[in-house]
Amino acid sequence: MASRAKQVANGIIGGPMSDAPAEQAAVLKLAGITKRFGALLANHAINLDLYPGEIVALLGENGAGKTTLMNILFGHYVADEGTVQIATPGGELRPLAQGSPQAALKAGIGMVHQHFTLAENLTGIDNILLGTRSLFSPFASKRSARARLEKIMRDSGLTVDLDTRVSRLSVGEQQRIEILKALYRDARVLVLDEPTAVLTPQESENLFQTLRSLADEGLSIVFISHKMAEVLSASDRVAVLRHGELVADLPTKACDRNMLADIMVGRHLEPEARMEVDKGPPLLKLSGISTGHGRDALHNVSLEVHGGEILGLAGVSGNGQGALARIISGLELPRSGSMEIDGRRLKPAPRTVMREGLVRIPEDRHRDGIVGEMTVAENLVIEDVRSKAFQSFGFLDFSAIEERAEEAIEAYDIRCPGGGAVARLLSGGNIQKIILARTLDKEPKVVLAAQPTRGLDIGATEDVHRRLFEARARGAAILLISEDLDELFQMSGRIAVIHRGKVSPPREAAGLNRSQVGLMMAGQESEDAT
Amino acid sequence: MIEILDILVNPNFWAAAIRIATPLIFGVLGALICERSGVLNLGIEGIFTAGAMAGWMAVWLGADLWTGVAVAAAVGGVFGLLHAILTVPFGLSQHVSGIGVTLFATSLSYFAYRTALPDVSSPPRITPFQPLDIEGFSDLPFIGAALFQQTPLTFLALFLVLAVAFILNRTPLGFAIRAVGDNPAAVEAQGLSVFGLRVGAVIVGSALMAIGGAFLTMSAFDAFFFGMVNGRGWICIALVVFASWRPGKALLGALLFGAFDAFQVRLQTEVGAFVPGQVFLMLPYLLSIFALVAAARKADYPRALLKPYFKGQR
Repeated sequence: MASRAKQVANGIIGGPMSDAPAEQAAVLKLAGITKRFGALLANHAINLDLYPGEIVALLGENGAGKTTLMNILFGHYVADEGTVQIATPGGELRPLAQGSPQAALKAGIGMVHQHFTLAENLTGIDNILLGTRSLFSPFASKRSARARLEKIMRDSGLTVDLDTRVSRLSVGEQQRIEILKALYRDARVLVLDEPTAVLTPQESENLFQTLRSLADEGLSIVFISHKMAEVLSASDRVAVLRHGELVADLPTKACDRNMLADIMVGRHLEPEARMEVDKGPPLLKLSGISTGHGRDALHNVSLEVHGGEILGLAGVSGNGQGALARIISGLELPRSGSMEIDGRRLKPAPRTVMREGLVRIPEDRHRDGIVGEMTVAENLVIEDVRSKAFQSFGFLDFSAIEERAEEAIEAYDIRCPGGGAVARLLSGGNIQKIILARTLDKEPKVVLAAQPTRGLDIGATEDVHRRLFEARARGAAILLISEDLDELFQMSGRIAVIHRGKVSPPREAAGLNRSQVGLMMAGQESEDAT
Repeated sequence: MIEILDILVNPNFWAAAIRIATPLIFGVLGALICERSGVLNLGIEGIFTAGAMAGWMAVWLGADLWTGVAVAAAVGGVFGLLHAILTVPFGLSQHVSGIGVTLFATSLSYFAYRTALPDVSSPPRITPFQPLDIEGFSDLPFIGAALFQQTPLTFLALFLVLAVAFILNRTPLGFAIRAVGDNPAAVEAQGLSVFGLRVGAVIVGSALMAIGGAFLTMSAFDAFFFGMVNGRGWICIALVVFASWRPGKALLGALLFGAFDAFQVRLQTEVGAFVPGQVFLMLPYLLSIFALVAAARKADYPRALLKPYFKGQR
């Protein structure tokens, strides 16, 4: 343990890769890359080599500088210092002109951005061909291009209907178009930024299989991730970034989960121990809720969440979670069905459900969780301004509000210049802490937590989990909506799955495994899996 | 009722409808090109005025008619460049910049007119474009009178509908323009220039708008008057939505408006004794609003319309 702590403190930089043949030349060489945004040092003196046919995982927390580094490689940003060199097809290293995606494309670098760069009003093939032909050629025959693409699809297994408008393709298919874009341009280096963020576990598995077969053909692949499981299973080598510095560059074989987590965070983490709490009476009860149509619909949803229980609701985004959260928090009326809080049937309206003791941690914390232009203190009391505690003679009592703010900032470790700071300027983790302080300090009966750790780094995630466990220990019923299987299994007593607006009956988490839940998220019955 | 039918079967009515629609066709195509690239160009009303003024002034100063059209297009392109610089690299509000360009271009046109002709009460006249006599077609019954007694600019407008539709739907350039209006990041990631495409589209679109203005002074009338554009630019902005950003439907929308307007004038002479004239003037606008409401519900907005793009930012 002591030696690991030391490794963590100093960082671990592997030498030249031990199992890479010595005579093999690098296809890409990043040397001394430094990038500043104002006072923020996003990348600091990063050296990274990439060899033909290997898959490198670039691991790091949010804000560690992963995406910045890859955007420098692809020419979206220009590095303040350092050089990027890429091998010509002949194997000779040449410096890459910076700040030009066009130069990067020409040199054989393909990038699949986290937010897809596809024009949704064009078909797949038109997206792929965009920019590959002279703009002023009068006719656009696609015959030879199509033949080549079909061959690429056959060879790589990335099949997708090329003539469908991108807006009608699923996310997985859109991602395949993105990869085909790179392959069509003869990419020799493929960079994928958080490629599994929008995929189901099964789709992710297929993706990594495809990437492996592409790597076997000689393609060099870098994928950015903060998910430990996929890093360990899919990469040959792991490069870890922390606060803009490369702190480790290791063969994946030499790594394990805890070690990588410690390197990534820079300190040793103890996973939150799960405590058993006695289940209380059902505090939130939904019966036969139906609403909406299309992707955001619900069909006859019934759920019970007991006091002292965390019920995990697994599902890929856009399967009705949004509608469910809106109905529970009273923002939308269901077409049919009823809702009870602590045995009282009520007509959903935001104020009614709040009065009954329901609090919500909204999915989009910037849009629905805070008022960005208001101060931290104002955001902390924004749901309680009607309470006597923050009023005197019908006016807001600002000294009471400030006092409350100081107390919450202290208790929840909200990192900000003070209660008077504008909330919008805080990091996502600290904004989430404002929301936690505002909601959980009320001793709620029911907590609706929608994707509470999405986009947060490990430290902030830990914090959210601890607070939710505390609320559960105090007897709250918690509905945890999430698409992160690790989180669901770590937190929940029971797990239900939502797919296309239908919710499966909850089952004990202890009796389920990840692939069962994954299959159910993709719409298959769990029985088929076992 | 019979009178209304009489109006509709009269070829002169259809000839008038097409004539009224012509500047709108130019304007709506121009606005459509700008918006397909993601830039709303509210400078259109002023660019119409500037085109009307510049084309007519060039001819009055001795240029021939087609040179006048070219001058109008160039002036429109310059105002387009101004709007494009403000909204594309600088990323300013497209609404504010557009209104600013309209005020600026309109005032500058009036100023130029007054400076050139300080004390005339009625503007000097030029010899405008004459209806084209097309052998064999112009003499056809009904069709000939309705379609083939128009000036060359009308035929240019109709040709441009086909050309713009072809470019947008069949050429790499058109695909790039549609892509940049939907997701500029897609264009940048494929190595194309977002700025180049948008600035180019706004300049070309503005040049077309200015030719629409020039039609007013060089074909429909033969002189420049204050206030002669009279909201035609704004109608084009609405027609783009009506057309759901498609050139073919844009032509349809412009013809529809032209027909309403031509109808209104004739209706006024038929039943004008009973109803105040203003009601008839209002009619085409009212019908346009109804048509717009019906069409705009399923309008397919370019997703990046109004959104400035900055490199490396998401």
